[in-house]
Amino acid sequence: MFSYLKSALVLAGFCFVGAASAAGPAEKFPGIGRAATPAEVRAWDIDVRPDFKGLPKGQGSVRQGEVVWEAQCASCHGTFGESSEIFTPIVGGTSAEDMRAGRVASLLPGANQPQRTTLMKVATLSTLWDYINRAMPWNAPKSLSADEVYAVTAYILNLGNIVPAEFTLSDANIREVQERLPNRKGMTTTHAMWPGRELGGSARPDVQGSSCVRDCKKDVAVKSVLPDYARNAHGQLAEQSRLVGASRGADTSRPSPASLTSKVPPAHAVQAQAAPEKIASKGPTGATGTSAVMPLLQKNACIACHGMDNKIVGPSFREIASKYKDHADALNYLSGKIKAGGQGVWGNIPMPPQALSEADSNRLAQWLVKDF
Amino acid sequence: MLSRFIRRAPESFLDREQIQAVRAGRRSFLAGAMAAAAGTMATQQALAQGGNDPAIMNLPAHSKGLGQPVAASGYGQPSEWEKNLQRRQSPGLTRVPQSSVSFAPLQGLFGIITPSGLHFERHHQGWWDIDPSKHRLMINGSDETMLKRPAVFSMDELMRLPSTSRMHFIECGANTGMEWGNVAVPTVQYTHGMLSCSEFTGVPLRTLLEMCGADLKRAKFVLAEGADGSGMTRTIPMSMVLDGQVLVAYGQNGEMLRPENGYPLRLVVPGVQGVSWVKYLRRIELGDMPYATKDESIHYVDLLPDGTHRQYTSIQEVKSVITSPSGGQVLLEKGFHTLTGLAWSGRGKVKRVDVSADGGKNWKPARLEGPVLSKCLTRFNADFVWDGKPAFFQSRAVDETGQIQPTYAELRKVRASRSIYHNNAIQSWALTENGEVGNVQLS
Repeated sequence: MFSYLKSALVLAGFCFVGAASAAGPAEKFPGIGRAATPAEVRAWDIDVRPDFKGLPKGQGSVRQGEVVWEAQCASCHGTFGESSEIFTPIVGGTSAEDMRAGRVASLLPGANQPQRTTLMKVATLSTLWDYINRAMPWNAPKSLSADEVYAVTAYILNLGNIVPAEFTLSDANIREVQERLPNRKGMTTTHAMWPGRELGGSARPDVQGSSCVRDCKKDVAVKSVLPDYARNAHGQLAEQSRLVGASRGADTSRPSPASLTSKVPPAHAVQAQAAPEKIASKGPTGATGTSAVMPLLQKNACIACHGMDNKIVGPSFREIASKYKDHADALNYLSGKIKAGGQGVWGNIPMPPQALSEADSNRLAQWLVKDF
Repeated sequence: MLSRFIRRAPESFLDREQIQAVRAGRRSFLAGAMAAAAGTMATQQALAQGGNDPAIMNLPAHSKGLGQPVAASGYGQPSEWEKNLQRRQSPGLTRVPQSSVSFAPLQGLFGIITPSGLHFERHHQGWWDIDPSKHRLMINGSDETMLKRPAVFSMDELMRLPSTSRMHFIECGANTGMEWGNVAVPTVQYTHGMLSCSEFTGVPLRTLLEMCGADLKRAKFVLAEGADGSGMTRTIPMSMVLDGQVLVAYGQNGEMLRPENGYPLRLVVPGVQGVSWVKYLRRIELGDMPYATKDESIHYVDLLPDGTHRQYTSIQEVKSVITSPSGGQVLLEKGFHTLTGLAWSGRGKVKRVDVSADGGKNWKPARLEGPVLSKCLTRFNADFVWDGKPAFFQSRAVDETGQIQPTYAELRKVRASRSIYHNNAIQSWALTENGEVGNVQLS
């Protein structure tokens, strides 16, 4: 009886799978996955391709873009998209001649251009629209309407002198603007670093090393070393190596052996490194009070602009705490300031008003005044 | 009855905070190092006087007492003595911690698998710990003909499908990017630490596409999209999807992916730079043209000397590095040492690694330790007897396609030094007479 049942089951199972295979792969795994509804696909399928497939209808003017920019973008990117304080600059380094040629001259070696800006690199306007739409503002991505995305895109293009101040960008004219992008002809896919040939690349790598094994060169000269001033820039290396084994980490609080710095590279060629904070400094969640408010700081994206011990866009929490902790009215003042935002106390970059409850702003003020 | 013989541990008399304080004191580096140094010195003095090693003669507490119980920690942690090995940021490299990098401590790792807690991190808009019951994977087409049945999968469903487990390296395209022009950082953690290797478990993407009735002839490109704020998107090579290499993965080293590595779902694209291994994977779209997303048209484009940018650079080319001895380490003794390091190629298996101790004048083959797997880290070792003289260590890998890792001169001759991405040059470490090792670039 048992064996009869078992073989019947096996047979049934076999028939089922066999029939399913003939019907198609979907039925090979019955019960797994379901059809996506058209509304679900619309909700998630937000990408915009270089041929503008996926671009929603809409429009936005440079002037409208300026309003959104000042309120939501300028604090990180600067009023004119020029700031390099938080991210690499968006605007700069392109010319009217670049717009005609479709190639950016300041990308050539020897050009006096300190940093590559977004407008120097971007070759497809769809990319800029899609970027803002999916990932901006940085601490509140996917919060802009389609018209606002058009407007901000128009504002950036105007800052780069690609469209005039009275311009309104829309799905109807975006292809014309594409033909004005300064670096629209600046990309190449003829390389061997894409698997497959569909981009017109080659199978042969552009760089090949040597297989020489004996007497491969006469002299060995040191061309570049870490300069002595950068020795401790990554903190005390003795604390970054294992305490058992063939070696220990070097004590970088003491000078390098002369033989490691005998070759002094040109100063301009050395990447400047910020002086590190003390390795043993308390981490951001060191204080019990801080870990308690961390969810609040994260939820309101406070830590996008304020570091615990370091200035980011705004002052560090420690600076704020030490400035106000002895003020009689510090709790009320800071709680109000968190909600209202402001500009001028710590510099020109404005802090936007924050939409959090009074109880939460009080709690943060309390933490700043009492727990730091 | 037994309790009469068991002495209460001193911890019982300390409160939680006091225990923490004691532990912190005992763990502090200087205290630990001095204690270790004192121990070594006492041993050496004793041995020099023809005596016996006090580490042997004086039975330590752990030989004469009762150890800790099972499950003292529900998720085991590394030894207290291993605290120095942490993933770390490079000061000044980025300005906001949510759009930043932490580097894996390659100087202290063995074998080829990276412990999940030390896996390097790269986030563009911060990381999340996503509730897996609310995570969905959608598959659709750029038009109706790409795919017959746009579908949604839950994690529960994905984890019912036949799975496969494979070991692969993941390397950020910008790994070693700080060193294109000159020496910039001190240790292998910062020169090469945007590199990790895990066993990943998941479902071949091809299986899911077939379940949806994909037209695998018309669809030439795949877009992968993340669910996080950055909405990471990259165009994935269809050839790698078709041959079953690309996985929709949930497992990493025997457990679920870590949140910092994309929990609960990420794409695995073997041999291809990390940015394409989209974390928090929420959507796959099939299309007939590449997508020129933000991270393939504004970022992750490689500047060439003629002012053009290479777009869709994906394969991580053949590369190796000696992880010990390496920059920032000091050899304790002369005599026998092992040069150990890692080699990898996004084009397949590592075929050979040569090492040099004279700055590339002469080379000898290193031993490849098994397993040697395709698009996976390979551990190599070579013997070295240090006579106290300076040396310049280098390693040079060759992959199964015959590509040979270039010197800086060979690389810069073609790509100059402003590319940021895909620096696979031979790394040099200088060993000085006092045993300290430094990062150098040689002629």
